[in-house]
Amino acid sequence: MQSLHHLFGIADLDTDQVEYLINLGESFIDINHRPLKKAPTLRGKTIINLFFENSTRTRTSFELAGKRLSADVINISASTSATKKGESLLDTGQTLAAMQPHVLVLRHSVSGACEFLADYLGHTSIVNAGDGGHEHPTQILTDLLTLRCAGGFIGKTITIVGDIAHSRVARSHLLAARLMGYQVRLVAPKTLLPAEVERFGCEVFHEFDDAIPGSDVLYMLRVQTERLTDNCCFPSIREYHEAYGLNRKRLNAAAEGCLVMHPGPMNRGVEIATDVADSARALILDQVEHGVAIRMAVLTALCGGQQHLGRPGRSKQMVMEAMRGQGSLL
Amino acid sequence: MSAVDVVIRGGRVIDPANQVDEVCDLWITAGRIGGMGAFDGEAATMIDATGKIVCPGLIDMHVHLREPGQEWKEDIESGSRAAVAGGVTSMCCMPNTGPHIDHAGVALQIIARAQQVGLCDVHPIGAVTKNLDGKELTEMRELSRAGCVAFSDDGMPIWHAGVMRKALEYASSFGFMVIQHAEELNLTRGGAVNEGWVSTQLGVTGMPVEGEDSMIARDIMLARRIDARYHVAHISSKGAVDLVRAAQAEGLKVTTEAAPHHFALTEEEVLGFNVDAKMSPPLRTEADRLAVIEGLRDGTIDVIATDHAPHHEDDKRCGLSCAAFGIVGLETMLPVSLQLVRDGVLSMSDLLAKMTANPARLLGLDSGTLAAGSVADITLFDPDATWTVDRNKLVSKGKNTPWHGKEMTGQVTLTLKSGRIAYAEGEVCD
Repeated sequence: MQSLHHLFGIADLDTDQVEYLINLGESFIDINHRPLKKAPTLRGKTIINLFFENSTRTRTSFELAGKRLSADVINISASTSATKKGESLLDTGQTLAAMQPHVLVLRHSVSGACEFLADYLGHTSIVNAGDGGHEHPTQILTDLLTLRCAGGFIGKTITIVGDIAHSRVARSHLLAARLMGYQVRLVAPKTLLPAEVERFGCEVFHEFDDAIPGSDVLYMLRVQTERLTDNCCFPSIREYHEAYGLNRKRLNAAAEGCLVMHPGPMNRGVEIATDVADSARALILDQVEHGVAIRMAVLTALCGGQQHLGRPGRSKQMVMEAMRGQGSLL
Repeated sequence: MSAVDVVIRGGRVIDPANQVDEVCDLWITAGRIGGMGAFDGEAATMIDATGKIVCPGLIDMHVHLREPGQEWKEDIESGSRAAVAGGVTSMCCMPNTGPHIDHAGVALQIIARAQQVGLCDVHPIGAVTKNLDGKELTEMRELSRAGCVAFSDDGMPIWHAGVMRKALEYASSFGFMVIQHAEELNLTRGGAVNEGWVSTQLGVTGMPVEGEDSMIARDIMLARRIDARYHVAHISSKGAVDLVRAAQAEGLKVTTEAAPHHFALTEEEVLGFNVDAKMSPPLRTEADRLAVIEGLRDGTIDVIATDHAPHHEDDKRCGLSCAAFGIVGLETMLPVSLQLVRDGVLSMSDLLAKMTANPARLLGLDSGTLAAGSVADITLFDPDATWTVDRNKLVSKGKNTPWHGKEMTGQVTLTLKSGRIAYAEGEVCD
């Protein structure tokens, strides 16, 4: 299996790599339940979370993942950085890279921001924590780990509902489905579907009710209300909820074991009714929990420290070499 | 016979304006074409053109020179140097400068500066509307007197149908041609690449082909009523080529040009977020590319023009969706276009006509010909020589080319401007 230097998206991974990251993530679930949530895996590693868009769960889970593995983690958000002074993404990225972190976790509104920045960053690994409407690979790995824990995803049908056109989560799932052997159905009006999306090999529905039978997972996307009204994508929240909201009636129409997922943050009463969100069939908080484990796995894989699991500390020389960016610790 | 200054010996002389295609000598007297045939006499400069093609200096009717206003991207001098390196001896510069070419002073300034540089003729394209804001017409007669050869708001469409109608009416009253950057902004706003499978894979907003087609359809309807001269800039889609072809079949005065990137490349080029393949209109599908080639073959598209759009690195280094639109083209125009000859789409003479005689005819230029007595603007090229594009070695200040690292077949070896050597052996002769 090819080792990873960056994680830009599912598009750059092969089946073995996805499988490996999910397995590694699974092995990290346990740490998060221990009384002392700390392992030495990434001691001496520096991780910078650079977030140009707002985020609660992704940023926090990357931070916790790094800290629980003993890395030094720094968070920078656009509102408090020199971006406010007009500094470009490139300059901010290069400035941070000059401080020799091992990993830069980047969230940015421009699709391809990670690929773009990687050309200029030397040794620093980049993890895509969501780039525009392009990819959100750690969310998909999280979802797949969550589904594995809930009985598996191979051969299953995941029905993704909502603003597919602007969704990096949907796009990454469409890529992962082909790699990992599950089906994706998309449900949206044509105003919220990107061009030629069926070429991903998915089924496309405009009526939610038509897509429910045969679905193993109903995966609800967040509605960005300002986007809908500004771009004439939808007439009203009221009509959106009527057409595409997941309520108890729709959930009852689904197969008995059908699960509910949402990458968060939810708009209760818009794309998902409160009683559904809080029902036993909803895996939404499991997704959040597994997000920490997956991000531990990704950071570990990128830092080349996976073989350190359960092993005592490293020599001072190895740490120094790693800090100078001269290769991995192994 | 007066003294001959330069003789170009033994080249294949192709002069589409006069249906010449033969191996012969061509000689220059006092900066003008003296004649062609067999020369046996003395001249100050003898140039061996064996194995080369000798043609009129190329005309690129769609160039952004960035002066005045954005000289860090390109200026008239650097643009002129890039032009002669590409075999171009006349070019038309678009009015989206700062200030815009929307009053005579700017046009006069550009022409004077180009004459001072002395490498390449620069013919300004005047703005259709003041400030390119699509509201009030410019003083077209005054701009014409100052040297503007056509009118356009290029970079921006003339989006308002009522303004476009008035522009076509007014311009056509005096025989002026209006060049449209056809783009319905309400369809393309926020877009970075062609809308389709590629934009979907990249997760970037697309620019649907209907943005171009719908505006051309509207404009042709307006031009029909007015019998106006209407020219579609940088045509890129199958639908647009079909519309222009149908308009021409009706006998309307509708013409168009294609840029080399639109018949050489497709949207696949932007996969991997390649900012140097981002331009407007965007690279489109293979079907569109083939339709543009068919338009070139059947004469619907009678001009090749580059839409040379130099940008500074800083304007491109920010990710695909915020990078500036446009690529440089002057130095790759000829070799990229020669592929059409190698593929049997066009004869060498028909291809060269699209970069010489045809734009000269459309714009009323006296260049683009090797007729005796014409200004001796001449390009020599080796159609079979190969070279590799290196963005860092481009003469233009703009390094934004999608052909970096690609091998080209066909190389300009010598460019003469008014009988003087302007480019030879890889060096610009300032």
